[in-house]
Amino acid sequence: MTAAVFFGCAFIAFGPAFALYIFTIATEPLRIIFLIAGAFFWLVSLLLSSLVWFIAGTITGHKDGPVQKYLLIFGVLVSVLIQEAFRFAYYRLLKKANEGLKAINPEETTPSMRLLAYVSGLGFGIMSGVFSFVNTLSDSLGPGTVGIHGDSPQFFIHSAFMTLVIILLHIFWGIVFFDGCEKKRWCALLVVVLTHLLVSALTFLSPQYGINLVLSYTIMVLMGIWAFFVAGGSCRTLKLCLLCQDKDFLLFSQRSR
Amino acid sequence: MLTFMASDSEEEVCDERTSLMSAESPTPRTHQEGRQGPEDAENTTQWRSQENEEDCEEDPDRYVCSGVPGRPSGLEEELTLKYGAKHVIMLFVPVTLCMVVVVATIKSVRFYTEKNGQLIYTPFTEDTPSVGQRLLNSVLNTLIMISVIVVMTIFLVVLYKYRCYKFIHGWLVMSSLMLLFLFTYIYLGEVLKTYNVAMDYPTLFLIVWNFGAVGMVCIHWKGPLVLQQAYLIMISALMALVFIKYLPEWSAWVILGAISVYDLVAVLCPKGPLRMLVETAQERNEPIFPALIYSSAMVWTVGMAKPDPSSQGALQLPYDPEMEEDSYDGFGEHSYPEVFEPPLPGYPGEELEEEEERGVKLGLGDFIFYSVLVGKAAATGSGDWNTTLACFVAILIGLCLTLLLLAVFKKALPALPISITFGLIFYFSTDNLVRPFMDTLASHQLYI
Repeated sequence: MTAAVFFGCAFIAFGPAFALYIFTIATEPLRIIFLIAGAFFWLVSLLLSSLVWFIAGTITGHKDGPVQKYLLIFGVLVSVLIQEAFRFAYYRLLKKANEGLKAINPEETTPSMRLLAYVSGLGFGIMSGVFSFVNTLSDSLGPGTVGIHGDSPQFFIHSAFMTLVIILLHIFWGIVFFDGCEKKRWCALLVVVLTHLLVSALTFLSPQYGINLVLSYTIMVLMGIWAFFVAGGSCRTLKLCLLCQDKDFLLFSQRSR
Repeated sequence: MLTFMASDSEEEVCDERTSLMSAESPTPRTHQEGRQGPEDAENTTQWRSQENEEDCEEDPDRYVCSGVPGRPSGLEEELTLKYGAKHVIMLFVPVTLCMVVVVATIKSVRFYTEKNGQLIYTPFTEDTPSVGQRLLNSVLNTLIMISVIVVMTIFLVVLYKYRCYKFIHGWLVMSSLMLLFLFTYIYLGEVLKTYNVAMDYPTLFLIVWNFGAVGMVCIHWKGPLVLQQAYLIMISALMALVFIKYLPEWSAWVILGAISVYDLVAVLCPKGPLRMLVETAQERNEPIFPALIYSSAMVWTVGMAKPDPSSQGALQLPYDPEMEEDSYDGFGEHSYPEVFEPPLPGYPGEELEEEEERGVKLGLGDFIFYSVLVGKAAATGSGDWNTTLACFVAILIGLCLTLLLLAVFKKALPALPISITFGLIFYFSTDNLVRPFMDTLASHQLYI
């Protein structure tokens, strides 16, 4: 595989996340710390899910055949549930940390819960995307021909787009999830868990990339719109932003310079 | 060890020393004179970040503290937290850079993953057929290594107690010479071989000579802060690469675990060598310079840097030592205190400048062992990047937690235990549990 494939897929998958990191996270030390803590939480959730899958595999005796496939499906579903549980745990931790920080220095501007929702979502997303895709990426630098045994030749491109959608979805899920927790709207949490399960389940249709990707991106756009409204946006603010008439934003940008 | 010197802690008693210290980075002038000490010890984290934004109100507190610990606790906590996040990032960046250099080298230059003999400190081979024998050999190797480290640390303490500064200084210079010239030459040679780039000897000599000479100047004398930091990162990376190459598999992991325990003991126990070193320096009220245990003959070099008196002529202030302990590793690990003198009141202008800067210090040994862990994960992980990344995140989180503890306890803390424990847990669990899971998912293109 060529360097073009490597760079192309790398930028498709990680470009937006990298840009978001550079423009919104990298300037504030506290946000970087929360990002890495979010990544750590996702990592621990993955560890637990692997443990569950491994134990299930040991119990069923490592037989080959359809049992492995069912085990894998079980592993994926359990993993999604554990990830969301850890997202909730991270929310609780952030809430405590926020209260602690506020108590200690009330005049300091500590990050708001919405910002932390975004940062944690990004942390989860980056870690999830990296773990899913980086081994594939490094293989794409080596020699080989994709699809020589009859598999789809769009393996890398599909993986890259799927990684991108997962990263963006994690961001939106984080925002909606934290908002649901803050306002005690448990249906929001349920929707997040269900859409996560749905997106993961869609990847079971693996060789049929079309349906998989289209549906995932649709879900991503819908979640994005929901997250936008949850985070305080509205049609009016969107218009102002696009037409560069948002005085608050312009003033803010000038101030921070 | 991480040394965190809060501005008010210097004047307090010995227990204020933390291996994780935020060194008040002095103004460039004082920074350089203070740097002489740490600069001599490459192992010590002569990492001082300069922040120019400290409050002036810290001023009276800092100097009030020489007599009376006078900072109101709220202000103290606020200042701690104000600089907390920034200090964490100031440590994240060099640690990340060091790890990136090590991982990039391991993944591309095959020399450092080839087995080509072992150090004399790990004489037992691991090529035995039985698992029990291999485990026994690695434990024996670890015992030998740790005892060498302990002996060297005690030797350093003794040297310091009997004021053999010149000896230590010379030793330190020797060790940094070896790192900067010999190891750089070998590294450059291997990199050139890997990429099949031809280089003639005159060019090579010019490059290595310039690199080494500037490095010696930056580390042992004066130089721009960034350059000094870069050199320290590079020599830590070189040292870590040597360890990765020459430590056998299982021994490396057992040594990492044992080193964390040793670090914990040496820094926190009342009779620990590092703690004694720091206390001695405190008693004498003199700056202790980071001792770099590193020797070409015995793979240990000890050096103590003294601030150049002429460079301090401008200030002519008595020392108000801040002890910091750094652990570093030559072919072993050493913690040593590093004293950093801030200017005293009486020079209001300097005072203000001094107050405005603060930084964090981390022992070079910590850099080295973090990089060894991540590098070993990269080297042995059968081309798996997930393990490397998991260890990387684990180490950063451990560092974050250590810094948090530092802000809470405000005393010398070892930087290795938490990070290495997390790193080891995540290495073994990721390698054995997560890797098969993720590989199976990736081959079926399933996403979680």
